[in-house]
Amino acid sequence: MALRGNLRDFTVTQLLNLVHLARKTGMLSIQGTNEQADIFFREGKLAYARTNKEDDHLAYVLYKTNVLSKAQYKAIASRAQGMSDKELGLLLINAGYVTQEVIINSLQQYFADIIRRLFTWAEGLFNFENDARPPADRITVRLDLENIIIEGARQLREMEQLMQEIPSLDIALKFTDRPGTNLRNVNLSVEEWRVVSYVSPKNTLRQIARAANLSDLEIRRIVYGLLQAGLVEMVRPELTPRTLDRSKMFPVQDKGEQRTLVNRLIDRIRSL
Amino acid sequence: MQTVKMVVTGPFSAGKTQFIQSVSEIDVVATERKISKADEKAIKNATTVAMDFGRITVDDDLVLYLFGTPGQKRFDFMWEILAEGMLGFIVMVDSTRPETFREARTILETFRAYAPTPYVVAANKQDMPDAWDVDDMRVALRLGQNTKLLPCVATDKESVKQVLLELLYSILEEMER
Ligand SMILES: Nc1nc2c(ncn2[C@@H]2O[C@H](COP(=O)(O)OP(=O)(O)OP(=O)(O)O)[C@@H](O)[C@H]2O)c(=O)[nH]1
Ligand SMILES: [Mg+2]
Repeated sequence: MALRGNLRDFTVTQLLNLVHLARKTGMLSIQGTNEQADIFFREGKLAYARTNKEDDHLAYVLYKTNVLSKAQYKAIASRAQGMSDKELGLLLINAGYVTQEVIINSLQQYFADIIRRLFTWAEGLFNFENDARPPADRITVRLDLENIIIEGARQLREMEQLMQEIPSLDIALKFTDRPGTNLRNVNLSVEEWRVVSYVSPKNTLRQIARAANLSDLEIRRIVYGLLQAGLVEMVRPELTPRTLDRSKMFPVQDKGEQRTLVNRLIDRIRSL
Repeated sequence: MQTVKMVVTGPFSAGKTQFIQSVSEIDVVATERKISKADEKAIKNATTVAMDFGRITVDDDLVLYLFGTPGQKRFDFMWEILAEGMLGFIVMVDSTRPETFREARTILETFRAYAPTPYVVAANKQDMPDAWDVDDMRVALRLGQNTKLLPCVATDKESVKQVLLELLYSILEEMER
């Protein structure tokens, strides 16, 4: 089924978060005001990216990431026409010109730069096509999205949106117990680390902000990044008593009678 | 006569009135009003102003009332009044309009703050071709695995019954704790 909408309402960071958490495979296409980007994912990791504004062949990527000079790029582009990226990559490696790591690093850098550009798009229609794969002759990577997501969240400067995302500072955080999330693999800033060190269902965001000497805006921005990266989730603070005033909910006060009443409701609804 | 109530809430045009209408034995009390703002009008023509109100008679001395909240934000003050004494609540979300997911979450949090009663979330309009998958919605709405997120088609009575039943099961479970 469709995963479709507009960046106005659903940011790139949120989309990456969705792909990351749901370990999706497929292609995210975004039609911006004057550029179109396709980002491919495999099991929640970045595999490949391209835009309609730039050549997406390996030679160009190596040129853009300063591995090849302009002259070398032009020479390859004219002489190696019709050669697939995989063939070209092998050729360059066999010639001792680059290592496999250099190629992978260049691709990762280039793809991540495309995504960074997407963060600045205020609008654009997006569509996720499940299971779509990158062109077969291209070299793909497997890049964890966490760092890119945190970077994107850092760019979310508007207080208004942060207020909507985190309306109250009287909530607490806990670490998600999702397998595969490893804090050590994430590049956190000093402030982010400080917040992380206070994460506990016992501490409200207000308390953490005070302890870490952060403003309301700063704590929201940092927590938003951690949430989007799937590292933490919001929970009700443990100390808040959860009082449920049943006397107002039910016309009867005896607990057994209340249970009977709910069962009567269940029977009635089943029979509708 | 004893009465109990449940609240059906959610963003503008999520299907709250439709949901109540599908199971209510009375016509949903007409508090709908013509829409004036152009962009909202593009979505539909009438919106609920005060509240929807549906009734299910259980037996001789028990009645369940279903109250819908008005979907447009400027009527927020009604919510707290509605929330008072509810058995539980249902958050309706239009699965075809991701632009409303964020607001749905805010509404959910607001109602949870009024009263820590059980609740379920209904991913409505699952019959539409551009409806989001329930699994994707769970992530987008940031619902934990313990929160019931149910596929729903508010125009289909059986589907509405299922959502109501799940809420009642949650209420029973809550009482056991
Ligand atoms: N296809 C489809 N349409 C639905 C469904 N539920 C509601 N609708 C339609 O969606 C529109 C909005 O439904 P309403 O029930 O008026 O929504 P509401 O939440 O009461 O709206 P407000 O009171 O204005 O906030 C109407 O045109 C309904 O017919 C559904 O499950 N499937
Ligand atoms: Mg309505």
